[in-house]
Parts: sequence; structure tokens; C-alpha cells
Amino acid sequence: MSNLSSQAAAQYNNNFLKEVEAMVEEGNWVKMCMQCGVCSGSCPTNFQAGWDHPPQEIFMMIRAGKREEVLNSQSMWMCTSCYNCIVRCPRKLPITHIMHGLANYAHRLGLAPKNQPTRHFAKLFWNNCIQTGRVNELKLSLGLYFKDGFKQGIINGLAMKDVALGLLKAKRLNPFELFKAHGCKDQKGIHAMLKKAHEIEERRKAIKTA
Amino acid sequence: MAVEKKVAAYICQGCGLGERLDTDALVDVVKKEGKIQQVKPHPFLCSSEGVTMIQNDIDNDGVSHIMIGACSRRAKTDAFNFPSVAMSRANLREGVIWIRPDTEEARETTQEMAEDYLRMGCAEIKAMRQPEGNPNTGTSKTLLVVGGGITGMTAALEAAKTGYPVVLVEKSGQLGGWAAKLHMRVPSHEPYKAPVDNGVAGMVSAIEADPNIKVYLNATLAKTSGAPGRFQAEIATESGSTATEDVGAIVQATGFELYDANKLPELGYGASPNVVDQGGLEQLAREAAERGGPILRPSDGQPVKSVVFVQCAGQRDASGTHLAYCSGHCCNTSIKQAMYFKDANADIDTTVLYTDLRTPGNGEDFYRSAQEKGVIFTKGKVASVQPAGNTCKVNFHDLILDDQNASIENADLVVLATGQVPNSGVNIDFKAVEGEEAAAEVEKKTISILNLDYRQGKDVPQLKYGFTDSHFICFPYETRRTGIYTAGPVRRPMDIAQAKEDATGATLKAIQALENAAIGSAAHPRSGDLSYPSVRLEGCTQCKRCTVECPFGAIDEDEKRYPLFNESRCRRCGTCMGACPVRVISFENYSVDTVGSQIKAVSIPDEFSEKPRILVLACENDAYPAMDMAAMNRTETSSFVRVVPVRCLGSVNTIWITDALNSGYDGVMLMGCKHGDEYQCHFVKGSELANYRMSKIDDTLKGFNLETDRVQTYEVAITDIDRVPKLINDFEKRMFEIGMSPFKGF
Amino acid sequence: MAKKEYAFYPGCSSQRGASASNYLKSVDSMCKTLDIKLTEIPDWNCCSASIGYAEGGELPRHVLNARNFALAEQNLPGQEIVATCAACWLGARETKERLDASSQLMADTNEALKEAGLEYKGESDIRHMVEVLIEDFGYDELKKPVVKSLEGIKFAGYVGCQTNRPFGIVGESFENPMYLDKLVEMVGGEALTGYDQKVTCCGGALAFSEPDKAQAQIKDIVESAYDHGAEMIVTPCPLCQANVEIYQGAINKKYGKKFNIPVMYYSQLMTVAYGGSAKDAGLDGQVIRATRLEEIAAKR
Repeated sequence: MSNLSSQAAAQYNNNFLKEVEAMVEEGNWVKMCMQCGVCSGSCPTNFQAGWDHPPQEIFMMIRAGKREEVLNSQSMWMCTSCYNCIVRCPRKLPITHIMHGLANYAHRLGLAPKNQPTRHFAKLFWNNCIQTGRVNELKLSLGLYFKDGFKQGIINGLAMKDVALGLLKAKRLNPFELFKAHGCKDQKGIHAMLKKAHEIEERRKAIKTA
Repeated sequence: MAVEKKVAAYICQGCGLGERLDTDALVDVVKKEGKIQQVKPHPFLCSSEGVTMIQNDIDNDGVSHIMIGACSRRAKTDAFNFPSVAMSRANLREGVIWIRPDTEEARETTQEMAEDYLRMGCAEIKAMRQPEGNPNTGTSKTLLVVGGGITGMTAALEAAKTGYPVVLVEKSGQLGGWAAKLHMRVPSHEPYKAPVDNGVAGMVSAIEADPNIKVYLNATLAKTSGAPGRFQAEIATESGSTATEDVGAIVQATGFELYDANKLPELGYGASPNVVDQGGLEQLAREAAERGGPILRPSDGQPVKSVVFVQCAGQRDASGTHLAYCSGHCCNTSIKQAMYFKDANADIDTTVLYTDLRTPGNGEDFYRSAQEKGVIFTKGKVASVQPAGNTCKVNFHDLILDDQNASIENADLVVLATGQVPNSGVNIDFKAVEGEEAAAEVEKKTISILNLDYRQGKDVPQLKYGFTDSHFICFPYETRRTGIYTAGPVRRPMDIAQAKEDATGATLKAIQALENAAIGSAAHPRSGDLSYPSVRLEGCTQCKRCTVECPFGAIDEDEKRYPLFNESRCRRCGTCMGACPVRVISFENYSVDTVGSQIKAVSIPDEFSEKPRILVLACENDAYPAMDMAAMNRTETSSFVRVVPVRCLGSVNTIWITDALNSGYDGVMLMGCKHGDEYQCHFVKGSELANYRMSKIDDTLKGFNLETDRVQTYEVAITDIDRVPKLINDFEKRMFEIGMSPFKGF
Repeated sequence: MAKKEYAFYPGCSSQRGASASNYLKSVDSMCKTLDIKLTEIPDWNCCSASIGYAEGGELPRHVLNARNFALAEQNLPGQEIVATCAACWLGARETKERLDASSQLMADTNEALKEAGLEYKGESDIRHMVEVLIEDFGYDELKKPVVKSLEGIKFAGYVGCQTNRPFGIVGESFENPMYLDKLVEMVGGEALTGYDQKVTCCGGALAFSEPDKAQAQIKDIVESAYDHGAEMIVTPCPLCQANVEIYQGAINKKYGKKFNIPVMYYSQLMTVAYGGSAKDAGLDGQVIRATRLEEIAAKR
């Protein structure tokens, strides 16, 4: 799959579709798209600028075997989880979940775009939340600001200082969270259970690809 | 009628008529001007008491002609139903009080309007006779079905089930037509998930077992003559002998051919045996089923591993080279054929390349089922199919990804969805147009199907692309040859489910036609009308306009070249009456006189009264109902119009117009249905002919030294409820601008 | 009415000192009036929100939610779980639906939960606070404790996404849900029926990662509220509330606007209408103060 000529030859056959069906959450729905385009028109307006392809095209590209283009795409990372596409899709495709699934798959394979801000934030969020079992909003924000290094972090932080001050004043941001955070008691259990869950998921996917 | 003519008039005072109009003055008008002495006002004429009063006069007082001044002739038809007498209706409610304001200043013109409508009603009833019915009837109850495919077999079985004997003529050696060639068919019942048995064997055995159905195989029609109720079909059989059958009505179900894929070399047809049309794929599938194995690649007999379906192959073509239309069934058919592969082996790559997937009926469920089975649908326009060895490369424009150079390589089999071309026989109206050879190819056919012994031609007229003509909105099975009905893909492209429905509908219409013919009454759309055209031959100049213009081929010529009316073929539209320059054609209850005398009965105020008179001749099928509905909405309309409903604008004789202008009318409006390819005329050609005739009226007007604006023709649909009053009011305004007609008072 | 008891899932943003702490405060006050007893699920954990997908994947996400269900079943048997946060409710409900539909996913989930000594039996139901209000009480019942009318205040009912889609409140349309407007009217306020950004997305979690795009969304949401004459925006979702409120300053700078519109929770409106103080209603937690509500709350 890696060299370009085999990629070209693979186009418009079902190989990548079959891969998506096996490996991507809700991927078996992709074949059901009827290309009406309602999903594309239902995405939040200002996020459409970030697409290289609307959802409708992503589905077509999967069927056309365009593996690299799909997995490298920015499009899935524009999903705000507004679920408008899901409720409007006349074929009842769980489009939001398929987008999440594709993003997750691309991320795991390391094919998702580098420095994709949502990709970065999503990773930050998950790690933040599973560390103690609960989200630490302050650390999350700081993590985001400092993603491009310390200096940029200070600049980013300063740019957002009005927001932070407002929240601080309204007691909706607690500076002490940095040191003594909320968290679950059974963090050990949570970590163990998530580790297991990852193991199971890998096991299942290995069976599907075998 | 032997009975002495006795006329009575009734004036209703209900629905506000009594309050809005001066009944005494109306009675006076009927007596003095209408010359009907027996006039009875009634406070509620359509009540049982009112109706009983009228019936009593008919039964006990010898009344033979009645004039009812009440509501529109389209209202209260159940109450005012007196089949034994001639009746005219003066429309005082919808025609007068509902379209005029209830004000003191409008009172005078409203009353004048009502009085005129009564004058017209009185004049009309005096010119009318109660129709006696066409004596020239035939009583055969047998149905002739031409074509033994799904449509024809359904027609035969449905007719037989209803108790009517059937003669079924099939040109090939077996029943079943196209459907018999199908491996399986698209499902017509739940669950719409998979192809089902084609069902032909069951229908064939049902036909064979039915004593009411007589089948001629390897047979064609050598000659069809006569009229509804008494057609005579001469059937040329395989042995060379001719059988003659008397039949009452005919269903033509002669089906279609696939569009010739040889005309699509760019799609690889002919260049590789691995490119087939949908018929070819059915054959491969049947061979596979008989063998009990997979579908094989024709070039080398290897199992097919990938197949591409090309939709709209030679269809929906805007260039004029191929079929311009969509055949309707092919998307579902390709879905079905794709399932032949996927149901047998889910690993076969199966792609349908389409531009718009159209899945009528419950095809959407079927489409979804195919997607679930893994058939891939790719929206793309195929540019070419390139055979290479045992496979093909399909080049297409991916319309979603806008990739002009998309392609599928290594397709073992390519299936072209080429569409339906009707088997409709000779195009009797065909005129070769230079430079349109491709279209001509479709249209010029020399082998007749019905071999009609009609002066108008051997087959039923066609509308477009060789499909037979019928009123596509209201009477889809009625051809322009009364008693002959077309059904199935000969009428328009369709699938099996639609063809079955079509066959059932056409069969019922055919049964109605032969039953009506037996009692001398008209077929659709004037079903039940007992009037029929009669001609005063002494006045006829043998101009043949009536025979040429009759939209239904009802009029032949006798040995002396006079028109010979086949009353049973007549639809009673009156187009012949409108055509006749010497006015010798009339119906008992509808004639040049019944309308002409109404026109003349209207009181024309003098030039200085500033009260113009506008005559509206309105089609009773669309324009007149539209006016009634506008009246229900109480839309104010000019008080200067006098409306006369006509059976069809085609029945309008130009003498009415010249008479109206001569007697001082300021303008004439003609309202008929839309004509042209998407006509809505109930009588197909009536409004078109009227329009043509009226295009010559300008010369007449100039001869009178009148402005050409004074006579206008309009296309009006039944839905033009707001438009019609506006047209009238605008016309009124225009008359005031031009000024009153100088012909008043002569 | 008899006391109603629910297992409560407050979610991360409602914790003390977190971005929706004022929501929790007002919910507590509102529930006190309505005699609702919320018992926090002991040691509940994060739902992983919508953004958890990229790193978390499928099963770990479900396992996180199932842990909360298991804890509720174990500690608060027979009680329905109620969430106040739209994302918590959505995430939990999604997990419940998927696990209900797939025995394999259920088995896998329990295999993982076992590591934390828990088991999910599939008994718990998960509901949003709004569902509790509308379905278990109804507008008439909710209206009874109203002692102060919010008459004369025009509210743009901003429903947003996740309490509306994909599940929504039963009987409401996705394109134009009416429950928030009805709640506004119930407390005497004026609901702006023509507000056309009612179900527009605020950008959600992408307000962090794609601030420009999200702020463009928020600008439309706020601008339309102004265009329709709103004095305040009201919402049922913590992330909607935060995004629409706290970025107004940044949007003003970027687009040259003068936005300064308070963004409230339905529970704050109800608390004030029920006679609660500004503190009870968490009005001190507004970044943009709702002065008129504070005045009404201060009235005796």
C-alpha cells in the first residue's frame, strides 16, 4: 500500500472501503451514502473553510480507494460534534461518528496532518481527563497555549488573559487547580480499566484485519 | 320527438339570488323577451320541493324543455337531473351575484347581467333537442389485446376476471415478451431486498387455463376496421390463413425494444463480447442459472470478478444523437443485475456508474438493499469503455470529486443500460425533417401494428419519440382512436410493476368504452353523452375539413366523398362543427344555433351608454370551472362579460365571432386549454385547431375595420382561478381604451 | 408532590471553581424549590466529552461512561442518572445505546470494568435535567413555585447542539425546538421566536483549537440575538454558555463590535423566578453581569 504506483492502481476498487469497514468506528455505514450532500450543507458554516473535502466527498473518496488523501485530510478534524449531519442525513448515516472514527484511525496510523490543532487538543484533552479521571480546565488551557513552546505559550496566554481574568473574577477558574486538582479517588482502577479497554480494542481489530 | 315541444322556465331565489336580483323583472324578461310563458320562481329550487315541482311539470304537464335560472351548470347536477327533457342553465349565481359587489351602484349592471343570462338560457333551450342516442351501435363485449408480454397478459387476465372474453394476439411463438427473457425481476412487494421470480410462467398457465381467453401466437393484425362495439380484426396467422374476430374494444400492449447498443461504439459495444446491454446480461445470468454456476465472462468463460454498470447509455442524451428521455426502469434493473453478482459472491466488485439514480416505486428500498450488499454506486458520467484483452477500462468523469480522468480498470464485464424504444407501429404524422436523421430513425417505422382501416392512418397517433399519444394528465390510456387503448412501454417508458398497473387501467377503460358503445353513448371524457353529430349533407361542399381535423379519426368518407360519421368513434367534442365552413354539422343539444342564438339574445346597450359587451367563449373543462372557482372566492369580475361555455374551443365556429362583432359586441375572448407537446386539451387537438383558426381572424377584423385587440385567444388551465378574472378585467379596460364598437344598433 | 430522587452526574465543568460552577449552583437552588434530591454518583469520572474520540477511540470512551453507570447501579440502585451538562448526557447516552445494541461491546466493556472491580448491568437510564423538568414535572407544575415574574426581559433561547442533537428532547424538532422558549415564558420572560441562531453550533471544543472559526460562529449567534432585540441569551449547555459569554470581548476586538450580552442558564432564570437570591442563582458567576436579573432577585 505504501508505494505510489500501487496506490494509483488501487483506485476505484473496494480495498480501502473494506479497510474502513473493518477498522473505523461506524465505518460499515460508508457504503450507504447516497451522495445527496445534505451533510455538507449542514456543517457549521465557519468550519467549512477548513475542509479540503466535505463529508460527502470523503465518503466518495473512500469508495474510490483514495486512502492517503482521506487519511491525510483536514476535513474530519473540523468536526465540532454538532450532530447536525446525523439528524439530517436521509440515509441515517452516523456521520459525526464516522468522522470521529476516521480521525481516530488516521491519528493512530500517524497519517493525520501534523500540527493539526484539534488533533493536538484532543490528545491533550484525553490525557488530561484520564490522568485523574476528571478534566482539569486550567491545565488543559495551559497545555494548549504551550503546545508550540514556552515563548509562544506566554504570547497565547497573554492573548487570552482577558478571558481568564473574567472567569477568575467570576470564580469559574481556580488557579489552585494547578497544584491540587479535582480528581477521582480510584485513579488506579481507572487506569487499569482503560489499559484493558485499549488491549481489547487492539485485539478485536487484529481479528478483523486477519 | 313525437311529443309536442313545451318549454318551462324556473328561477331560483336561493343563495342570495332573491335579495340581490329583482325576481319580478327577471320573470318579465323570460316572458316577454324569452317568450316562455310558464315561468316559476322558487325560493330554494334545488330543494326536494323545488325539484319535485319541476319533475311534476315534466310528468304531468307535458313539459319537454326546461330552462333553469339558478347556479352554474356545474353545480347541483344531482338535483337538477332530468334525463327525459332538454335543459339549459342560466348561471345567475357563480356567473353574476358572486362576482359582483353587493352595492347600490352595482345593482343596475348586476340585474342587467342576470337578465342577459336568462335571455341566453331561453334562446339556448329553444334551439336544443333532447339527444336520442346513437342508433348505429355495436354490441361486441370481446376485448382484443395486441401483444402477449407482461402488459398484454395482465390486460387479458384482468378482462377475463371481470367477465369479458379476450382475444390475445402475439406476434412471436410464445407469451411473456421481455419479462420471459429476464432471469429474475425487480421485486414489487415487501421486502424489496432481492430479485424475485419473473412470474411469467404463472401468468402463461393462467391464460392457458382460462376459457375466456383465446390466444393467437405467431399472429399479427392484417386489418382492423369498424368502431367501438363493432371492431373487426383480421388476424394473419402462422399458417397463412386469416381469422376474423369481432371485438368491442382494443388494448394495444406492444411493448418496446432495447435501444440498439450498436449505436454506442464508444462504450465498447461490438468491440468486446464483455460489453453487453441489459438484455445480454439477463441472458448470461440465465445461462449461469441453468448451469448452476457463476456468471461467466463471454470472452473466455472465466467467472466474472468485477462488473461495471453504465447507466443512461444512449439515454437522456441532449445532443440529439441518442434517446433524449429516461426509460425509468433501468436504474432498478441495474440494481437488480448487480445483486445477481453480489448475492452469488459478495467479493465480486460491483460498481454502478450513474449520473442520477432514479428508482421509482419502492426502488429506494431496493437501492438501499444493494448498498447493504456492497454494490458501490459512483456518481459519474462515462466517457468511454476501452476493451483490452479479457477486460475493459471504463473511463468516466467522477461528478462528486470532479475528476475528469477517473477510471475503473480490469472490469471483466460492462453492462450498458440502454433504455426502451416503443413498438408503436407507423408514425402516421411523420414528416421527415432534414438533418434530424437520428430522430427520424426512431420515428420512421413502416410496419403497422393495428393496420387500421381508417382514412387517418394505420396506427394510433404518436406524441413524441414514438410513444403513443394520450392525455397524459387526465386520460393516460385514451389514444386518439376511440375504443383503442395503449398500455405499457408503448405508451411511455416503464417497468413491470407500472406496466401491470397500466394494463389494468387500460383494460377497465376499454371495458367502459365497449359498454358505452353498446348504448350509443360517448366514451371519455364526455362519458354518457347521448348526443352525436349529424350532418346536413345537402349543404356539404365536400371540403374535408371535418374529416381531417377530427382528432379521433371518427369521420371517414363515403363513395361520393361525403363525410361518413362513425358515431361510436366520436368523442362529441364538436371540433368538426367548429371546422365546418358551411355550418351543416350539429349535435341535438349543441349546435351552431344553440350558441349562436345565445349570442344574439344578449341585449346590446347603445354606443353612448358606456356599457360594453364582451363575449367569452370558455372551454367547459378548464376555463369555465376556473371561473366558477373564482366566483366561489367572490373575485370581482367585469359586469360586461357574457360567458358561453363550449365543449371544446375546437367546437367554436368562426361564425359566432363574426355574428357577435356584427351585433355590436365590443370584444370576444376565447379561453381554451394549453396546446402543443404538453397539451392539456381534453380533446387533444381542439384548442390547437381553435388557435390556428383564430390566427386568421385578424383579417376578418380588418375587413370590419375593427381593432385586432377585440378578439383574443387565451390558454387557460383549471388552476388559473385568479388569472381568469384578471384577464377579463384587463380586457374590459382595453375595450374602454379602444372605445365602443361602432356596430351597435345596426 | 413527593420528593424525586436521582443519581446525579455533575460533570467536570460543574465542579467548584470550574467553568460551569454557576450552573451547578443554580441547579441546586432550583432543585431545592422543586423538592428534587440529587445524590452525586460517588467517585464519578469524566465522560471524555465529544473531543475524547481522537486519542481515546471507541471502547475506552464507552468504558469511561460505563464506569459511572456501574457506580450508580452499585451505590444508588434504582435511581435514574441525571446530567446537567449537555456533553455528559450525550456521551453517556451514546454509550448506553451502543452497549444496549451490541452484546459484544457490552461484554468487552465489562471485561475492562472488571479491572476496576465494577460491573455494568445495563439497568441505569441516563437523562438530562431538562428532561426531568419537562417530563417528570411539566410546565404547569414548574410554574407553580414562580413568585417573581421576569416580565419585560427579552431572551434569545439558544439551544445549541448537544441537548438537541442527535437525541434531543422527545417531541421537539431538531430544527426548531421550543422547550427553552416555553421555559422562558413559564417564568414570565419574553421568548424571541424569530431568533434564527437557536440551534447553531458555537464551535464546541474547537473554540480552543480553532478559535477563529469558533468565534465567527459565536459572532453570528450573538449578533442575531441583538438583531432580534434580546437583552439576554439563555441556554441549557455549559459549553455553549461559556463559549458565547467569554469570547464576546475577543470578538469585539476582532470584528469591531460592542457585544456585552449576558448568557444565562435556564436554571438561573428559574431560581430567580422561584424567589432565590442572586447568589442562589449563581448570578455572581457571570462574566457579563445580568444586572436586570440581579435587580429582580434583590427585590423582596
